[in-house]
Amino acid sequence: MTQVFSPSADTWLRLLAGLGAVAVAGVLLVAGGIVRSDYVTGVGVVPRQPVPFSHEHHVGGLGIDCRYCHTSVEVAANAGFPPTHTCMSCHSQIWTGAPMLAPVRESLATDTALRWERVARVPDFVYFDHHVHIAKGVGCVTCHGRVDKMPLLARAEPFQMQWCLDCHRDPAPNLRPSEEVFDMAWSPQGDREALAERLMSENHVQTAHLTDCYTCHR
Amino acid sequence: MPPADAPAIQHPMGRRPIVPVRSFASINEQITAITLHPPYLRNWWIGILISGALTGLLVLSIGWLFIRGGGVWGINIPVNWSLAIINYVWWIAIGSAGTLISALLLVLEEPWRNSLNRFAEAMTVFAVICAGIFPIIHLGRPFFFLWLFPYPNVLGVWPQFKSPLEWDVFAVPVYLVVSVLFWYLGLIPDMASLRDRATARWAQVFYGLLALGWRGSVTHWARWRRVYRLIAILGVPLVISVHSGVALLYAVGQIPGWHSTIFPPFFIIGAVFNGFAVVAMIAVVLRHAFGLDQLVTLRHLDILGMVLLATGVAVGYCYVMEAFTAWYSGDLYERQTLWDRAVGIYAWSYWGAIACNVGSIQVLWWPAARRSPWILFAVGAITTVGMWLERFMLQTTPLYQDFLPSSYGVYWPSFWEYSTLLGSIGLFFFLFLLFVRFLPMISIFEVAEVVKDERRSQAEGGR
Repeated sequence: MTQVFSPSADTWLRLLAGLGAVAVAGVLLVAGGIVRSDYVTGVGVVPRQPVPFSHEHHVGGLGIDCRYCHTSVEVAANAGFPPTHTCMSCHSQIWTGAPMLAPVRESLATDTALRWERVARVPDFVYFDHHVHIAKGVGCVTCHGRVDKMPLLARAEPFQMQWCLDCHRDPAPNLRPSEEVFDMAWSPQGDREALAERLMSENHVQTAHLTDCYTCHR
Repeated sequence: MPPADAPAIQHPMGRRPIVPVRSFASINEQITAITLHPPYLRNWWIGILISGALTGLLVLSIGWLFIRGGGVWGINIPVNWSLAIINYVWWIAIGSAGTLISALLLVLEEPWRNSLNRFAEAMTVFAVICAGIFPIIHLGRPFFFLWLFPYPNVLGVWPQFKSPLEWDVFAVPVYLVVSVLFWYLGLIPDMASLRDRATARWAQVFYGLLALGWRGSVTHWARWRRVYRLIAILGVPLVISVHSGVALLYAVGQIPGWHSTIFPPFFIIGAVFNGFAVVAMIAVVLRHAFGLDQLVTLRHLDILGMVLLATGVAVGYCYVMEAFTAWYSGDLYERQTLWDRAVGIYAWSYWGAIACNVGSIQVLWWPAARRSPWILFAVGAITTVGMWLERFMLQTTPLYQDFLPSSYGVYWPSFWEYSTLLGSIGLFFFLFLLFVRFLPMISIFEVAEVVKDERRSQAEGGR
């Protein structure tokens, strides 16, 4: 009987089996990498906005407080998006003829809202409440990043469930004194651990139900 | 008459030869010929076309389910778990016999297994594949089935390890992997036989690849035997874990009629019973279709009939104990469920299960019935239907009337649920026909081993 296989057949079989195992592991690793990548999470991606509004200029340069525009952040689930009138409280006086601001003036004239693209978005099935986070001492920067350094706004954090849970499981390191919540550049001084513990008890942060399903999915 | 002091029986099963003694070459020739020069090709094509069409129906049913969602099924509150789970439990139970015949009886060194183990193992693998479809398609969002597996995901959560649902996620894939591994390991020496006898180039390459360079050296055999036994020993506890896991899906719930400690052994016994019923049917059909009555002998059928009878009686005991426990508990709701089973709108499934599973097997007390292939086949078929009815009864009766009369409701399966069941049966036959066509359905070398033992015991004058 003639040989069915060449002498190297065994080597080829072993090589292919080994490559198959490597390929499976590789596919899993690549898939795991893709779902965590900025491409999927949108971190650092700047969406096209009707007006190139600069947080760097308004917050970092002029020092306008977050709450001047996002008025309901301390009292409601939604932080609040400024109506055109808020823009016009200044821009009816300064840069009144700037071409960049033409859409804002048009919005006021025609009484139609500017269509901003949302940057920090959580899915519809997540119940997120700004005011409780502010009340318990979570700073704006913790989720939204250093917006005072963003000429154009981009998402700073992945907004994936893992990221939410990281804090809900251990909120203490992310708390700051209530007067520092809106400070962009605050960093803790002195005994970090003692501060965290003090804030946990002062703000009555109860971790027992912080990771129950219904806390965020209602 | 042998002298009184001579050992009466040399071989444990030596009263009669298990298979008639013949040359190894003739066994090899007969079994490989079925694969290499298939008889009845026309009938095979008819079978593969019918089962292929039914497999198409399965694909269609699942496709429609995925497009339209769970609403195409008849399930709703309160009966929100139904045919998908019934079919899953039924198929996984059918699979149990292959592992028991192959692995448990290998470890116990029962030589009669050697004519049955190959096709019984194939049956296990295909039944587990059919079973595995249902837990995935019964999910509300089947495309998220991967969330069942514990892996470092971006949700930051793990599955609930305290739930029997999660235990099943481990038990079933492990069972499938070990079953496939065991089946394939057993095939390797036979693949080499086929490679050496094949004349067509494709067959030489196909079987040659599957044989993994088997030359039949003593080293090969020694290593092979060690691994084969090891996997066998791994396989046996898996039967227990899989069927206990399935039973605990029910028993951990607080629904009257499910919340019972008898469930794990009840399900294991039921699985063995159902599995052996299907093995008996397949054995009868194969020996008839391919003239294998010298390899799968009446003695084999006799043993299968006895196992069927013994496990069937045990199943009957479980039915009695279920009813007794419900009565003895004094619990109103348990008694109500028992009453609903016996006289409710699904009473046909209760009495059908008892008639099929306990009634029909009584004929097997007669040796003549066990040795009559077609009676054994009929009993196998009836009990297979009966076990499906039993799953239906266990699944539906506790749900449709539970604690609150205001939440009572009636369930009837929709067309798409029945078509999925029918399609899964088609898939099973499709895979089995491929197996019968391309792989040796009886283990060549293990039958040869039995013949060798028979020869030795004859030479020693034991009989």
